[in-house]
Amino acid sequence: MMGFIWFWLVAIMIVGYVVLDGFDLGVGVLHLFLVRTEAERQATLRSIGPVWDGNEVWLLAGGGTLYFAFPLLYASAFSGFYLPLMIVLWLLILRGVSLELRNHLDVGVWRDLLDGVFGSSSALLTIFFGAALANVLRGVPLQADGYFFLPLWTNWTPGVHPGILDWYTVIGGVLALVALTLHGALWLVMKVSGELEQRARGIVPALCLVVSVLTLVSLSATMAVRGSSLNNYFDYPFTFVIPAGVAASLGAIWYFNGAAKPLRAFLSSCFYLFFMLAGACWGLYPTLLPSTTGQDRDITLAKALSGPHSLTVGLAWWAVGMALAVGYVVFVYSGFKGKVDMGTAGH
Amino acid sequence: MTAELIHRLHFAFTITFHYLFPQLTMGLALLIVVLKTAALRPGHELWDQAARFWGKIFGINFVFGVVTGIPMEFEFGTNWARFSRLSGGVIGQPLAMEGVFSFFLESAFLGLFLYGGKHLSKRLHWLSAVMVFLGSWLSGFFIIVTDAWMQHPVAYSRLPDGQFEVTSFWQLLLNPWGLLQYMHNMTGAVITGSFVMSAVGAFYLLESRRTEFARIFLKVGVIAGLISTIVIIFPTGDLHGKYVARNQPAAIAGMEGLFHSEAGAGLVLIGQPNEETGQIDNPLVVNDLLSFLIYGTTKAQVQGLDQIPRDQWPTALPLLFYAYHIMAGLGTWFVLLMLVSAFLLWRKKLHTARWALWALLLSFPLPYIANTAGWMTAELGRQPWLIYGLMRTSEGYSNTVSAGNGLFTLLGFMGIYTLLGLLFTLLIYREISDGPAPGPVPAKGVEA
Repeated sequence: MMGFIWFWLVAIMIVGYVVLDGFDLGVGVLHLFLVRTEAERQATLRSIGPVWDGNEVWLLAGGGTLYFAFPLLYASAFSGFYLPLMIVLWLLILRGVSLELRNHLDVGVWRDLLDGVFGSSSALLTIFFGAALANVLRGVPLQADGYFFLPLWTNWTPGVHPGILDWYTVIGGVLALVALTLHGALWLVMKVSGELEQRARGIVPALCLVVSVLTLVSLSATMAVRGSSLNNYFDYPFTFVIPAGVAASLGAIWYFNGAAKPLRAFLSSCFYLFFMLAGACWGLYPTLLPSTTGQDRDITLAKALSGPHSLTVGLAWWAVGMALAVGYVVFVYSGFKGKVDMGTAGH
Repeated sequence: MTAELIHRLHFAFTITFHYLFPQLTMGLALLIVVLKTAALRPGHELWDQAARFWGKIFGINFVFGVVTGIPMEFEFGTNWARFSRLSGGVIGQPLAMEGVFSFFLESAFLGLFLYGGKHLSKRLHWLSAVMVFLGSWLSGFFIIVTDAWMQHPVAYSRLPDGQFEVTSFWQLLLNPWGLLQYMHNMTGAVITGSFVMSAVGAFYLLESRRTEFARIFLKVGVIAGLISTIVIIFPTGDLHGKYVARNQPAAIAGMEGLFHSEAGAGLVLIGQPNEETGQIDNPLVVNDLLSFLIYGTTKAQVQGLDQIPRDQWPTALPLLFYAYHIMAGLGTWFVLLMLVSAFLLWRKKLHTARWALWALLLSFPLPYIANTAGWMTAELGRQPWLIYGLMRTSEGYSNTVSAGNGLFTLLGFMGIYTLLGLLFTLLIYREISDGPAPGPVPAKGVEA
């Protein structure tokens, strides 16, 4: 029971991170090619300025929760994905600092550099996160002691000894890039005005189409790489509501964007991300990290769970703490509603 | 180079660089609350502008603290996997609580404090400063609880597979080691904050500009500096030292360079520990003082390293000795400087005493060194243990991550952090040379 609860609590925190930091990462990607004038750039950055570091807290809080609820998974996955995680850390550093510096440096040439760093680190992060999730779905070559170490690439083929990057995980990375860019575009439509708003709204249908195609591709690829991912669905057929939810959210994004209802379109995109991640988690459950070297080596809930007293204690403070956290999130976003100022003046 | 050494250096380097930022933000958070509280009085708009200026410095430090802090949580898993696997059920809790209880709070209200300034009422802006202070001090608390459990494990049992489990949540949070270390550490952060604030005040006075702000900075900085430099020695340093002596005799013997047990042990002020000969070279010693400091009587027996099995000696003994002596030596200088500055401030002579202003200006890097040395003392004193008495450092690092892979990312961090250090210096230099908003704003009546 504790295993079931904590599995979904950690999943919720991951969804929270992807939905929230996802749009500011997506805005970062759009910053590279959609945003043209300096006034637009500043408005774009203002649209995420007060919230991006709070969004990133979900990553930390989720990581900490994973650490204490599933120590074996945390230890095994973090040391096994050593190199890509370190690259993610470097990208997070570059992204955060370039965003902060841009507020302070008024010199044109530096701004161009910082815009480039901010945009490209955002894009790479979405690709890495997508590839990371695909790595977990595909499985890793776990040793008998529960550890592994993955090189960045081997022969680009998912097999017994894959690398971080192979054709399957690259699909995951590209899907994350496009889906979060779409998520960011929908955020921009809500937060900015004028030509930039029109342009952001204009690329939504194309992005939506690409996301739909890639969703289908990644779904079929997952079947090919790990056929057992549908078992839970067939055991509990009502859970096919999740893939139905994915399709419905994509349709809703399309419809609400066309109907000029930006908040609803953005929320539909949140639901799309939620259903995709929930669907992936449900496909794995109760496995946390499958092994490519034999099912008996899978890291399962039962193997990875912390001691029972730790988990009970944790549940008490987690409930209180997250209720407070959700309160802050509501408070911050309600204080920040409406469009940002499109003038050239800084904040 | 062994993998163990690389993983230790990896954590040591990234945490040392990281802690340059939170020590200032935690210290400044308190001083900003002081400034904002003073600014609540009518006719004190200048204090409000002073608070906003330090808010900008805080904001830059905060961002650098966040981006260098994220790697710390990850490194428990990436570089110390075997340790994390066994200890997650215990110290994963305070680490997760830091995220859940303090980071959400801090990031929410810092946004309000920095971006919402003009639209907020005075009291709400004050409240956001208080919440940022609470968030940052809470965050420090959870980190200290984590470290305290490694230093002095309490409230745990072991499961059949070797994992540690919490037996009492409150005993874990109220670990006596943690409470003492927390008081000592947070006082250290206030010292950094007050020295930096005093130094900026001294800088403006020496340059004869922004003098109206310089006076505020010096007043707050020197008074807070005087209080914190005394509190860091007595009672917090004194209590913490005595607790270490009782619970980690090897650590205190290494810190003090006491190779041989003695009744009436002397305090080595300066010297070079020589592990080969088992003595301090060129020692300058105050007789009996160490016995007195630890046990309150000059004739008490103090346990030396000779009573401790060789394989339980701190692994970097000379470095431990130097780190501790650098911290204590600088601490002595801090009290002297702040006593003199506070006396001059009281006699209204500080603003014209250029020699004292120069001393305050030049002393601002020293608390950073002292705080770093203090943390090195704590963590080197714990060696060779990762969890004191329970798990050795050699049993905790990720043995799937080879020395070569570890060195690759260590060099990567060194490169990125060098760049960050340069950028940070540039940004802070610009903020300080721009200074606070010039002159008092025209009175617009009290904002609602």
